[in-house]
Amino acid sequence: MATPLKRADGPQSVPALLHRNATKFANAPAYREKEYGIWQSWTWSQTRDEVEALALGLMEMGINEGDFVAIIGRNRPYLYWAMMAAEMCGAVPVPLYQDANAEEMAYVMNHCGARFAIVGDQEQVDKIYDVQDQLPEFEQMIYLDPRGLRKYDHSVLKQYANVQELGRQMRDKHIAELEARQAKLDYDSTGVMLYTSGTTGKPKGVVLSNRNVIETAKSSSEFDDLRQTDEILAYLPMAWVGDFIFSVGQALWTGFCTNCPESADTMHVDLREIGPTYYFAPPRVFETQLTNVMIRMEDASRFKKWLFDTFMAHARKVGPDILDGKPVSQWDRFKYKLGEAFVYGPLKNTLGFSRVRVGYTAGEAIGPEIFDFYRSLGINLKQLYGQTEATVFITAQPDGEVRSDTVGVTCPGVELKIAENGEVFYRSPGVFVEYYKNPESTADTKDAEGWVATGDAGFIEEGSGHLRIIDRAKDVGKMADGSLFAPKYVENKLKFFPNILEAVVFGNDKDECTAFINIDLTAVGNWAERNNIGYASYQELAQHPQVIAQIQEHVEAVNESVAEDEMLSGCQVHRFVVLHKELDADDGELTRTRKVRRRIIEEKYADIIAALYDGSPQVSTETEVTYEDGRKGSIKATLGVRDAKVVPVTAKKMAAE
Amino acid sequence: MKDTADSYVTEDGRTIGPVVMEMKNITLRFGGVEAIKDISFDIREGEIRAIIGPNGAGKSSMLNVISGFYVPQEGEVWYKGARRPAMKPFEVAQQGIARTFQNIALFEGMSVLDNVMTGRLTHMTTGLFAQSLWKGKAEQEEIENREVAEKIIDFLEIQAIRKTPVARLPYGLKKRVELARALAAEPSILLLDEPMAGMNVEEKEDMSRFILDVNDEFGTTIALIEHDMGVVMDLSDRVVVMDYGKKIGDGTPHDVRNNQDVIDAYLGVAHD
Repeated sequence: MATPLKRADGPQSVPALLHRNATKFANAPAYREKEYGIWQSWTWSQTRDEVEALALGLMEMGINEGDFVAIIGRNRPYLYWAMMAAEMCGAVPVPLYQDANAEEMAYVMNHCGARFAIVGDQEQVDKIYDVQDQLPEFEQMIYLDPRGLRKYDHSVLKQYANVQELGRQMRDKHIAELEARQAKLDYDSTGVMLYTSGTTGKPKGVVLSNRNVIETAKSSSEFDDLRQTDEILAYLPMAWVGDFIFSVGQALWTGFCTNCPESADTMHVDLREIGPTYYFAPPRVFETQLTNVMIRMEDASRFKKWLFDTFMAHARKVGPDILDGKPVSQWDRFKYKLGEAFVYGPLKNTLGFSRVRVGYTAGEAIGPEIFDFYRSLGINLKQLYGQTEATVFITAQPDGEVRSDTVGVTCPGVELKIAENGEVFYRSPGVFVEYYKNPESTADTKDAEGWVATGDAGFIEEGSGHLRIIDRAKDVGKMADGSLFAPKYVENKLKFFPNILEAVVFGNDKDECTAFINIDLTAVGNWAERNNIGYASYQELAQHPQVIAQIQEHVEAVNESVAEDEMLSGCQVHRFVVLHKELDADDGELTRTRKVRRRIIEEKYADIIAALYDGSPQVSTETEVTYEDGRKGSIKATLGVRDAKVVPVTAKKMAAE
Repeated sequence: MKDTADSYVTEDGRTIGPVVMEMKNITLRFGGVEAIKDISFDIREGEIRAIIGPNGAGKSSMLNVISGFYVPQEGEVWYKGARRPAMKPFEVAQQGIARTFQNIALFEGMSVLDNVMTGRLTHMTTGLFAQSLWKGKAEQEEIENREVAEKIIDFLEIQAIRKTPVARLPYGLKKRVELARALAAEPSILLLDEPMAGMNVEEKEDMSRFILDVNDEFGTTIALIEHDMGVVMDLSDRVVVMDYGKKIGDGTPHDVRNNQDVIDAYLGVAHD
């Protein structure tokens, strides 16, 4: 098969890479999906044919160069192909968060003026139907799963398979034009547009060129020696830049196979069946898995528990060193091998990590205990630091230099600088083109020389050259007495306790710090069951005196640890409240990637914050909640405000001055 | 007009076919107790037919007559244009009538998948010997039936519990598994005995969705018993109302809701 798009200096666009792979790795698996209990698989040449059929169908439907195509749904090969097909037609794919509500979708689709939407199922079709009056430019929708859609008006609604069929029939009519459009694509044409989740304000459309996507995929694949035989599991939101780079960028560059789970609920079973060699998960996923392991070990027989505890203690001692290739005594090595046979091997198998060669976590700080747990098992888990505007990669940890408190050294081709106020700036081939229809924000973020502000405060560690991130730059503030206030630093320490799911620390311009705490229902619920503590609701469990007492212990432990850091000793939590509801993205309190939106929380819970500072022992409040289907309700609660012990720091401060 | 026409199209665009099952003057007695007194009604192809009534009205008895579990002392059951003789329940099942039970009758120790596969039993022809060897036709047959079972598992979104023993499942999911097993038989009439009993609002919404989707996607005729009036009125095309073994109403949800006898039966009326 001819590859008309290949140039002397290598493929310059996503479709060109697809054509290359269809020839180079023709019969190697490209995409797999579990459906009807079986892993269905497509080779690279089949993938190219599927993508091309869809692209031809889109041409018949009248897609123009430069059109925007919204893509919404869970991770499925068909939707990845939809992105590639859009690019083949010279259009721009815009993946959206599938759990976004109708209004959020309306904003994004309106902002980019999407003419087409390719969606997963009835749920997404309904959402778009709800808001289509607000979308003057929107024309046609293509859906994958026909279930429940029989009775819908099919004048603007087509089934994916039918569009492909249409494309195959009309091949002769459109193929020349389709090839011409692909030939026009180069490094400077837009590869994809991704909307940032936005901790403040409206989402912004980040335009990434083919250069961004391909250069980043290339250098990061080389950094970690990714191979054509690698396997990944695609389960993170398609609208997130990481998933695009892993499941499309790197997959196309190296030719490895992307596996899609059967449904969100079967992710862990599917993970185990596939046994990925390259794996990415946010810290929360690792935390949940560890919590589950610990809960199950509590129920194990005494012998098994002893076996687990003994060998895990040994693994913590020598596991990371063995992984890093540092010298370890023969006896310890032998014991570790024994542990591998009895504990680590079976455990890794259960978790689906038996074959992980490169594992990454990013997005949030990961607790050192959690990080060490996985590394001690022999899983090469590393951290990276990146953002949408950088096409993911800014820094990453090379093998052998992995620590839980840094985010690694600069990736190939990336330059870093730290501004006077501590903000981290970078420049790389992955730097985004612009924010779509938003030149002011583009100018604010990216300067003329191509340096991009990350919005994070951090510093480069002397000696190792590793970057350490302290907090979001705009969240770092000053307390009333002038000492540094870094809420994230304290929140992360709190969140390392399995009982605490989320924490929000306040204290900017105040005399002392206070905090909101969300309990982790899995961990605390299990504890309650074990101790015969009955509860009827999340709210009741959260306000149980014994639960609050436990949280208080955690807060005080964190205070002791915070006090040891001279710069941040002022950030100890003096008073706290255990919240009556989980902070939720549907209520706007978190972003879709589950980052805390401070301004909104401060406004919404102003009454509770006031109680934290006026010394009252409890506070009554009423909170509006939004259900998943968009209905609203409210919950009333009386929350106890507790004082936590703090370590006096005045003495230290005096000594420092 | 709807009662006489061969087929008609509903407001939401589904085609309801001719009568597929007809109950003619059914009377069922248990000793001296008359559970069902001279009831007649029909079920049309492709419709959702509800049987409602207060406790003890004889709804479950009626369903058991349809499923062949009870044989009425008087009256006739006509199915697909022929009078049905007295039958064993398994013979009725072979005729294409599948059901679920009010108080869940699954094989608790077996996995969800195995339970759904038992629903395929009427579609298997190879004998015990061939199946133990599991070669040739038996293997082929299992693969084909597994495919049908998997499509139903996918349809009812129970992939995550495919291999879980039923005993470990919560109540709402067990109900869904039972529906899956009944569907696996690819029935022409599906009987649901209180599919939403004991469920919370969210589970009821899910179940309603599945019932509508089954009807819509496979064109399955559904006869269901339900207590929750809201659910019945939303789901069904036609409703039979029973009280003390007698039929006191029959028609569209709208007709039934405005029927004075039905209002009296549900809200109570002074007996003189």
